[in-house]
Amino acid sequence: MSKKDTARGLLVSPIRNGTVIDHITAGEALNVLRILGITGSTTECLSIATNVESRRLGKKDIVKIENRELRKEEVDRIALLAPQARINIIRDYQVVEKKGVEIPRILKGVVRCPNPGCITNTNEPVESTFEVLDKGLHCLYCDWLIKDDIANHII
Amino acid sequence: MYHIISIRDFERKDLDYLLDRAEEFETGRYPPGLLEGKLVALLFFEPSTRTRMSFAAALARLGGQSISLDSVEASSIVKGETLADTIRVVSGYVDAIVLRHPREGAARLATEFASVPVINAGDGAGQHPSQTLLDLYTIRKSMPLDGINVGLLGDLRYGRTAHSLALALSLYGVTLHTIAPGGLEMPVNITLKLRERGVEVVEHASVEEVIRELDVLYVTRIQRERFPDTASYYNVASSYRITTQLLEGVRDNLMILHPLPRAGEIDPAVDRTPYARYFEQARNGVPVRMALLHEVMR
Repeated sequence: MSKKDTARGLLVSPIRNGTVIDHITAGEALNVLRILGITGSTTECLSIATNVESRRLGKKDIVKIENRELRKEEVDRIALLAPQARINIIRDYQVVEKKGVEIPRILKGVVRCPNPGCITNTNEPVESTFEVLDKGLHCLYCDWLIKDDIANHII
Repeated sequence: MYHIISIRDFERKDLDYLLDRAEEFETGRYPPGLLEGKLVALLFFEPSTRTRMSFAAALARLGGQSISLDSVEASSIVKGETLADTIRVVSGYVDAIVLRHPREGAARLATEFASVPVINAGDGAGQHPSQTLLDLYTIRKSMPLDGINVGLLGDLRYGRTAHSLALALSLYGVTLHTIAPGGLEMPVNITLKLRERGVEVVEHASVEEVIRELDVLYVTRIQRERFPDTASYYNVASSYRITTQLLEGVRDNLMILHPLPRAGEIDPAVDRTPYARYFEQARNGVPVRMALLHEVMR
């Protein structure tokens, strides 16, 4: 470890292969893991840093996941929680791909409709479908509008 | 394929066109046997008198025939068949499907699996577009829709007819006055949409404070079946009632409408006043549904 690293406080070590999710909204790292299906019982090697100082955001969270490259639908989910997140795909310690997240116009199978009467909350062979609007998420089946607390509705 | 699912899907010109067509059907200006040879499935997963019978009557008057799911208990639904499968199967038997279902969004789902047109005859607390069209039709027969004062009274949270009607009226520059018991106010997604469309929505604590300003008073029933328990139902059920005393000093042209069935919200003595128009409104279901059935199958 170099002097510089010690001074800045190296919180987590680099990963050889996998994904680094940087610039996560401070405090949302655990929610990001939850929506990626990573729990205490999964086998991924993880590093999590929360409330790290950030020039851009003031404070931010960082998640490093070894040996896993995120799929597009996973990135879509992260965008809902951390719209400023950056996804870095790492291979052999090198960043081979760097991308921002983008909330898609339509979210299919990402968010559960909070309306208990919605047809998507049954055994019908359809996925929940939400249109992303400025005022919130609009269920295209039952017209329900999710205005806040979106993290709690992510499948 | 032309489906009729939600009043949100309609522009003003579409509504005006359907209302004009309904008028033609009511006045007998149509050739006989327009839908002869056509077969329609009436799939009602919830009880209904007016909607179901008026669709059947409308179809019969146009020369078509209907088959129906007489009871959910006697169908494969009890074996766990999905609505999607039911729709796919029934699509193979008929030329159109009229669907009522207790779940919001059921009709939208049906369009994904149907190979024939679907008409939404009410989906849970969601939309009921054919009722809205007959409400508009009833008003339009007495006065132009533009710029009128409409009061919506009752269960505005679960009452799907009030949601659909409010959205439709927003296309006609009306002023909406809402009067709802606590906890049964109009859902936020509807009020946001109304305000987005520039509609003035005025909330009132009681019907007394606004009834003299209204051209139309639309009364709805407390939706007992949508309450989690009977205690919370009875708590609000008796909180409003239209009586003849309440009607003193109202505008001469006031129309009282109700999608029916009523459960005590309107005193039967009001039926004898010129303001009571709800039975005429129910009758208008036939020409309006003739227009809808003809439109989806022509």
